[in-house]
Amino acid sequence: MIVTFRLNDEAVNTRVSTPISLLDALRDDLGVFGTKSACEQGECGSCSVILDGEVVCSCLVMAADVEGSDVTTVEGISGAGVHPVQTAMHEAGAVQCGFCTPGIVVTAAALFEGNQHPSTDEIKEALAGNICRCTGYGAIVRAFEELARE
Amino acid sequence: MEFHHPTTIGEVLDALDAGAVPLAGGTDLMVEVNFGLSRPDHVVGLRRVEELTSWEGSKIGAGVTWRRLEDSGPRALAQAARTVGSPQIRNAGTIGGNVATASPAGDGLPFLAAVDATIDLRSSSGGRSVRWNDFFVGVKKTALEPGELITSVTLPGELPERQAFGKVGVRNAMVIATVCCVVTREDDGDTRVALGSVAPTTTRVSRAEEMISAVARPTHADLTEFARLVSEEVAPITDHRSTESYRRHASGVLARRLLERCLR
Repeated sequence: MIVTFRLNDEAVNTRVSTPISLLDALRDDLGVFGTKSACEQGECGSCSVILDGEVVCSCLVMAADVEGSDVTTVEGISGAGVHPVQTAMHEAGAVQCGFCTPGIVVTAAALFEGNQHPSTDEIKEALAGNICRCTGYGAIVRAFEELARE
Repeated sequence: MEFHHPTTIGEVLDALDAGAVPLAGGTDLMVEVNFGLSRPDHVVGLRRVEELTSWEGSKIGAGVTWRRLEDSGPRALAQAARTVGSPQIRNAGTIGGNVATASPAGDGLPFLAAVDATIDLRSSSGGRSVRWNDFFVGVKKTALEPGELITSVTLPGELPERQAFGKVGVRNAMVIATVCCVVTREDDGDTRVALGSVAPTTTRVSRAEEMISAVARPTHADLTEFARLVSEEVAPITDHRSTESYRRHASGVLARRLLERCLR
């Protein structure tokens, strides 16, 4: 079957013949590689995307179920520019290997969309589902604390 | 592969009769798919069915997400919702999915057990409501018949003011319960205690409930006896997540702590 949805503000089609995840459709069929694949069980957050306004793990979304939906990946998070959360992470040195970074950018963008001045606790709670094995989270949290003060 | 995107329950039931597998938040089913344990080739997506996502008073649609429960559920259910997975999981996972999966560790289930909720089911031949303890029949086993859909859970019209949820796990976020518990207490002393992860299904501890319900102002000794009864009554196992003896101990400690919160 053909699934039609909006990906980063453009209409796209993808053919699915098995119950693959949105994550696999993005990476394997649509050639959108910013969304990372790691745990495939919703534990790590590296595949976070925004589906109809809410941040979800794309590994837990069945591709066939996004018919007619709006999906935003890290590529579409700021149109052609750089999103403030990306600038904040860059300036705080919050990126090491970078594998978790797209998921964190998407999750943080969703957080700041709903709350421009989150507290440290709110930042930590919003990022509870995004695992980073390099940074120890200190610089990531500091990046968003800094952004929350702006 | 065939996938339906219905907007009404009638259409969902037609798809179920034709053998489709229901898909709500995907937080359980897609893990099975990703790990090659399940490969449904006929699926019916539930998230566009307004009747399932509706929430009127004490009737909570099966498609209501943890996120919504966290924001506007009764206190102990909201507390439970807040401990489920991550924000990403809570935006997707639903109360109906928690009921359908019927994990012994389901975080939403102790609340349903404590308040004696019913599970509302619909099939093409009619509907029925089943009390929680008749619905959960074993580890991940329910009384759901083929062709039946969980449409909502119904809570009593009036809930005890004093209610609390607690969960023991290895970390604060993203954790499956080692023990989870809800305690409610009415002004007349009537106390309910429901626990998860300590028996094949979510369970109530009736001897502990009876003992403490009869005490208007529990003393330190009463609370100790209450905790002992809870620990004695649960039926945990040792598995990869914890041991039988730890779960037994933690059950008593957690139930006592939640009761103390209710008594404050």
